[in-house]
Amino acid sequence: MKIHEYQAKDLFREFGIVVQPGRVAATPAQAAAAARELGLPVVIKAQVHAGGRGKAGGVKIVDKAEDVAATSRKILNLTIKGLPVRRILVSPSVDLAAEVYLSLLVDRGVSKLVFIGCAEGGIEIEETAKASPEKILRLEVPAAGIGALEPDDCLDFAGQLFHEPAHARAAAVIMTKMGRLFKERDCELIEINPLVVTGQGEVMALDAKILLDDNGLIRHPENEALRDLYSENADELEAKRAGLSFIRLDGNVGCMVNGAGLAMATMDIIKHFGGAPANFLDVGGSSNPNKVVTAFKAILKDPKVRLILINIFGGITRCDDIARGILAAREQIQVPVPIVVRLVGTNQKEGRALLKDTEMTVASTLEEGARLAVQMIGSKP
Amino acid sequence: MSILIDANTRVIVQGITGRDGSFHARQMMDYGTRIVAGVTPGKGGQEIHGVPVFNTVAEAAQATGADASVVYVPARFVKDALLEVAASPLRLVVCITEGVPVLDALEALEALRAAGKRLIGPNCPGLICPAACKIGIMPGHIHTPGRIGVISRSGTLTYEIVQVLTDAGLGQSTCIGIGGDAVIGSRFVDLLELFEQDPETDAVVLVGEIGGQDEVAAARYYQEKMTKPVVAFMAGLTAPPGRRMGHAGALVGGADDTAAAKIEKLEAAGIPVARLISQVPGLLPKL
Repeated sequence: MKIHEYQAKDLFREFGIVVQPGRVAATPAQAAAAARELGLPVVIKAQVHAGGRGKAGGVKIVDKAEDVAATSRKILNLTIKGLPVRRILVSPSVDLAAEVYLSLLVDRGVSKLVFIGCAEGGIEIEETAKASPEKILRLEVPAAGIGALEPDDCLDFAGQLFHEPAHARAAAVIMTKMGRLFKERDCELIEINPLVVTGQGEVMALDAKILLDDNGLIRHPENEALRDLYSENADELEAKRAGLSFIRLDGNVGCMVNGAGLAMATMDIIKHFGGAPANFLDVGGSSNPNKVVTAFKAILKDPKVRLILINIFGGITRCDDIARGILAAREQIQVPVPIVVRLVGTNQKEGRALLKDTEMTVASTLEEGARLAVQMIGSKP
Repeated sequence: MSILIDANTRVIVQGITGRDGSFHARQMMDYGTRIVAGVTPGKGGQEIHGVPVFNTVAEAAQATGADASVVYVPARFVKDALLEVAASPLRLVVCITEGVPVLDALEALEALRAAGKRLIGPNCPGLICPAACKIGIMPGHIHTPGRIGVISRSGTLTYEIVQVLTDAGLGQSTCIGIGGDAVIGSRFVDLLELFEQDPETDAVVLVGEIGGQDEVAAARYYQEKMTKPVVAFMAGLTAPPGRRMGHAGALVGGADDTAAAKIEKLEAAGIPVARLISQVPGLLPKL
């Protein structure tokens, strides 16, 4: 789960990582008031769940009080990578003596927790890692002890980021605090880009990025409050609450599948035959007819959908339960588009028998189903 | 015949008194798996399907001589369940549970690695040696004994692939679902290595998806170390970047972890990649 920079900085403050003072504003007037309070010059940063904010014009330094409102309005009117900017963060501008990159993340290639560092800050770390891998520092840390790191554990690493011993020591202390935050709030990533030394010699996090572990929500209901409902699709969230995994796409073939891998493969095969999937939808493993009804509702909210392809390979999921869900959905809601259904696996005979007297098109394989779906859409204007 | 498990594997079910654990214990027994014990803390002394239930893995292992376990406990208890295995004489643990916090998975994996135990999963369908031993939740009847190994990050997509193999007369030595999470106990390369050494496996089908670099590592391993043929199928060509496609690990983060990039790397290494599931059997060499 993504959270905004200002929320990540609040967490940094809570865990004792130094950040600048800042005010969140939703209007130009609020931004102007914040600038008066904090003192000029200020940095104004768009708060959206998208990278490349600077390049998109979402980060500006403003020197004059009279320009704050106009610049804020411009940023608040931006849409960055499809996401409208609804909030901005106003902070005092800082003199920088040095800047580095520092993050704590899960290296999935080796299934380990690692600190990543680079003595050049403010960079695109992925690009540096490719172009100059020798500049990337790594420190593997045990997950079991991540909440209880000591500065001495991190000092060698921090010393490669900052040559000044006092700065290295401060960075090592920040690393221990990142570890504690990672553990106590169940993070997936904490990134400080850049971590800076100010003109006054203070080491502080100028930016803050945190990804929270979705699976960690089971023990951190407080993390849920940090979710930005405006930057997530309402239909997708609603489906998620019903236990479905749903993502809206651009095409017109609605998809209902059990299993994430098979759901992706179903989308791919629709595309292979010249069609375009309208969504990704995994109804999950359980056999609950109500979930099927919810799935129909989610798919049909998109007026572009012209056909629904149901692809079920029953394992834990029982085909007769899916069939009952399909029948219930047709009773409870209007299904104005044709349905192609492919049911195999557990209780397939019972499932198919339930659908026998309907006008649904039955396919015996996924490929046949996808081909039929694309043909049926193609033959109608 | 197989890797990791066979007809003699003696299995403990962790979470056997729960709804899923109890249901699948029965299914596994019906398939022929030697389920020798169940474990649920606080419920020791009971019996389920005629199988004795113990409070701890250590007790169960000692009483029954089990060598593997399968975990169906809820996500928040998975770490403790796996740490119990790390401290036991078992050699293999299969974690079916979905939704395990990544830090828990990392911590458990550290302990299991230090103790020399193998973990399959979490968030996986398990593994099966057809007609001998099934540890997991896959429908047993689609499998048939034979000489093809299957390794997959998916559940139902694996069943699709197994079905086309079986329909084409190609039986399987072992089929393993390694799990859809970012942090998993066994990766493609670990298992390719076992299949390469297994005298009962002639070729391997690898089923990958978007996210991570495991397929790329597999391509490299194949090119450098493997003599047996490998064919692949890759899901997620149409997945939009930046979105998690159901599996916690299925997220296109950059240009390198798209399905297209992985297909390119696999093919460059000499691994044919099927564009349709039905093409998989045809890509396997006639053996």
